[in-house]
Amino acid sequence: MAAGDFLSRVELISPTDWAKGKVQSIQEYSLLAVQSLANLFKRPLYVADMVQQADLIGFGSLPIVLAACFFTGAALALNSATTLSRFGAETVIGELVSLGIVRELGPVLAGLVVAGRNSSGMASELGSMIVTEQIDAMRALGTDPVKKLVTPRVISTIIMLFFLTILGDLMGLVGGNVVASMLLGMDSHEYWSNAWQNLVYSDVFMGLTKPLVFGFIIATVGCYYGLSTKGGTQGVGRATTEAVVTAMILIIAVDVFVTRVLMILLGV
Amino acid sequence: MPTPTLPLEHATAAEPEPAGDVVVFDDVHLSFDRGPVLDGISFRLARGETKAIFGVAGAGKSTILKLALGLLKPDSGRILVLGEDVTAMREEDLFELRRKIGIVFQESALFDSLTVRDNVAFRLMEEGGVSEEETDRRVREALSFVELEHTVDMLPSELSGGMRRRVAIARAIITQPELLLYDSPTGGLDPVTSTTIIELIVKQRDVYKTSSLLVTHRLQDAFTMATHYFDRKTNHMQPLPPGGHTEVPIDFLVLRDGKVIFDGDSHQLAETKDEYIREYIS
Repeated sequence: MAAGDFLSRVELISPTDWAKGKVQSIQEYSLLAVQSLANLFKRPLYVADMVQQADLIGFGSLPIVLAACFFTGAALALNSATTLSRFGAETVIGELVSLGIVRELGPVLAGLVVAGRNSSGMASELGSMIVTEQIDAMRALGTDPVKKLVTPRVISTIIMLFFLTILGDLMGLVGGNVVASMLLGMDSHEYWSNAWQNLVYSDVFMGLTKPLVFGFIIATVGCYYGLSTKGGTQGVGRATTEAVVTAMILIIAVDVFVTRVLMILLGV
Repeated sequence: MPTPTLPLEHATAAEPEPAGDVVVFDDVHLSFDRGPVLDGISFRLARGETKAIFGVAGAGKSTILKLALGLLKPDSGRILVLGEDVTAMREEDLFELRRKIGIVFQESALFDSLTVRDNVAFRLMEEGGVSEEETDRRVREALSFVELEHTVDMLPSELSGGMRRRVAIARAIITQPELLLYDSPTGGLDPVTSTTIIELIVKQRDVYKTSSLLVTHRLQDAFTMATHYFDRKTNHMQPLPPGGHTEVPIDFLVLRDGKVIFDGDSHQLAETKDEYIREYIS
């Protein structure tokens, strides 16, 4: 295709329209996010849908989260051992792994894995329902799609990511222990004592507050892109990709702010 | 295909119908990015009447149904449905109103992850307060109306296009709504299946006296509806005796360039002098 032909097919959007579109998207996302939580105080509650989603999101993601955290914990121990050995401080590997995993890597890794798996799933499922008029049918049958489809996904993702993070943290520590004991010849008891004793309340609080925020981001972003799908099956594909990318970027960016806010609140 | 068995014990044909318009469109305008779709549309649908809406593709026929349901908001004008102004209602209040309306979408829009039973029972389960036994009984009744009782445990993906359309009709009528909206119910179907669908719509019209808006671009479907009635004795659709078309409560609405260019009965339609309409119906 000649460059001229290509350019003639490209639809140019004015900067003003582009900016208006972005502002409108943020407005619509905010509205959906608020509605998804406000629906918790309205009947019906769709508990069965929440349980079904919890099963899909939680148990479905469990093996990947555990594997990701295990190998990250192992790699963290391996990398830190090299540096710590220069100062003869290999014994603090347990502390380093536990702090790194519990405060930061556990929640972020679990969040990224669940975002990759579930934001896309939600976007494609709801997007397909949009293009086949199932969402319109639901509204026409007198059911609020946000209450029926979005709220159960948001609540289930928040709850399940919280527990996935706890299990992921544990697997990260196990991964660190495997490397410390099998490759570095460190005593397992010493590793666990070091890891456990140096963890304080604020570390655990920080590590377990983040998944609540990340879970909310994953579900609301996935559902927002799904419900905003336009343009048939191609639109579903686009919505799926955008949902994953946005959720991951938001998790990493919001992590910085949440960490800073919690540090201030906890006086760390 | 044999005519479906009809659960006549719940028919309301003998009951007197309250007077008044079920749907009123008053100078409704709507534009999308690509330009105006509806440009000052006005019409009324009387209680118990069926109105067939014609127009070429993109004339705004399906848009009228979505506006009537409040799924879309007009740029200006007023839309009254069952006495309520849907243009001024919040989405939350519209959910209540929509429970009194049934719709059959162009592509059926069945929930693909639910069985036929759960699709048909969706509205009952959402409203709550209906026992499992009562739900099953009403699902069986609705499915028997469209003669698809045997599909109760099947998924929509296991059904043919015509069967999906009939399940969508069963889903729409299970609560016996006051108003039914059909969006191209025979679109893409073979002639035999189309006739079955039209027979079901005629049955709903003549037995339950449900008011309805029917969007179609198949003239033969609307003319079949205008020239036939449902005979309860034979449980079949029968042709009207000569000169009897005025006894059938069906009107026609023709759209062109976002405007209503015809609103009247089949007799008036056949005698119209408008060249565009004559060409359209020829």
